[in-house]
Amino acid sequence: MDSQNIMFTVLAVLIVLASFATVLTKSVIRAATYLLLVLLGTAGLYFLLGYTFLGSVQIMVYAGGIVVLYVFSILLTSGAKETLSRNSRIKTAAAAVLSLAGFAAVLFVIFQQKFIIEAAVLGAPVESVEGGTSIAEIGRQMLSTEKGGYLLPFEAVSVLLLACIVGGLLIARKR
Amino acid sequence: MFNFSIVTGWIHQLLTGFLPEWTAILIESVLVALAIITLYAVFAIVLIYMERKVCAFFQCRLGPNRVGKWGTLQVFCDVFKMLTKEIITMRNTDLLLHNLAPFLVVTASMLTFACLPWNAGAQIIDFNVGVFFLLAASSIGVVGILLAGWSSNNKYSLIGAMRSGAQIISYELSIGMTMLTMICLTGTMSISGICEDQAANGWNIVRGHVPAVIAFIIYLIAGNAECNRGPFDLPESESELTAGYHTEYSGMHFGFYYLAEYLNLFITAGIATTIFLGGWAPLHIVGLSALNGVMDMIPGFVWFVGKTFFVVFLLMWLRWTFPRLRIDQILSLEWKYLVPISMVNLVLMALCVAFGLHF
Repeated sequence: MDSQNIMFTVLAVLIVLASFATVLTKSVIRAATYLLLVLLGTAGLYFLLGYTFLGSVQIMVYAGGIVVLYVFSILLTSGAKETLSRNSRIKTAAAAVLSLAGFAAVLFVIFQQKFIIEAAVLGAPVESVEGGTSIAEIGRQMLSTEKGGYLLPFEAVSVLLLACIVGGLLIARKR
Repeated sequence: MFNFSIVTGWIHQLLTGFLPEWTAILIESVLVALAIITLYAVFAIVLIYMERKVCAFFQCRLGPNRVGKWGTLQVFCDVFKMLTKEIITMRNTDLLLHNLAPFLVVTASMLTFACLPWNAGAQIIDFNVGVFFLLAASSIGVVGILLAGWSSNNKYSLIGAMRSGAQIISYELSIGMTMLTMICLTGTMSISGICEDQAANGWNIVRGHVPAVIAFIIYLIAGNAECNRGPFDLPESESELTAGYHTEYSGMHFGFYYLAEYLNLFITAGIATTIFLGGWAPLHIVGLSALNGVMDMIPGFVWFVGKTFFVVFLLMWLRWTFPRLRIDQILSLEWKYLVPISMVNLVLMALCVAFGLHF
């Protein structure tokens, strides 16, 4: 038992409980709030592993971007006060079967995987700068055209975002 | 310069001497958390007193002067009043979200507060992606404000929250852009790295000359808007929206918003200090080694807090000088002026760095 394990347990319990709450709650806006907790917990796991860049991106994009967008659009539309109606039996049964199948698939993958049990257990979260996760290394990878470089996907995503902005402007413009 | 890591190292040695490592780390974390919370409360009290006095002097008044000498105990009385007030529960609202919202805002604010560099070796959160983490952490607070506005079940609160959300999301853009400009100059994103670089090579605002000064001004404007203060305080404009998103809050739940507002002011000023004015780095003038020696005697903590309060004063000056803007004016100021200027400024800084035109 060390601090790494304690923190992992705390985060794991938070993620599991908040995930259940997200899908079980009847109110749309509460679901968005619980989703925020799930995403923050995931970011916490990344920090625990020392991947600070990934954790920061997780908070920035999901907590600060996506969830804010969700809440904004729920508030702007009139759906905030609406709660879900009760589902029919068949729907409930189908959902249960599907989620059990998904759970079984995940368990299968986990037990198939040969994990290295004796991996170095850290006493405290340490940034693994040597593993190529420092910001300088990530930036070099992102803009490199050599083998393993990400310049082309990076630019493709930029074009996609530009297209989204133009499309958004076209929909929102004054006629 | 005194390096604070000597003290933290000594405490760590002491604790690991008779405890297993995880217990020692747990105790250290609790100590650090206590230190953060204490500093948070102390600075909030100082800032509220300062705001009242500065506001009073700008309006040719005296400000609080009845409780204690020069009214110094006024804020303590107000804090105790706030702590003993009843927290009113309302009908027809989502109570869970209503009670959760102030904690989200305060958590985001504390997380950002923990990133500030207090002294050489006295950073609490110090990642190599430091500045990026700081921006990410500060973006959680918007959710709290939006939830507060919605869960109050009050149209004025909702309008206030929407305004605040739109404003904060827009101005985050130019804050990110100005930070990128300065990262371009220092070449590192880690907050301790930025401070050490400035201690060795001089403050960024001097080193980066023209683009750095432009970035500093844009940062002050955008930072003021991020805190919902100054000419940008229309999320809580009292003459039209009663108090905006925190109208329905009472007692300490309102107190959390109040705390977070003042601490966000301090954090904005602290980041400006870190990125532009050298953080804990003392004032050095090239060629005057006697002066530099004297300046080195003053501890970094004093430098950091002093510079931060200077920037806080600038922001308060702005707040009490300009009249409030309209929401469309705020958004067009950001999207039509500040964002293009900061983009051009980023290119200018990149050119300066590429051709070695900085000091």
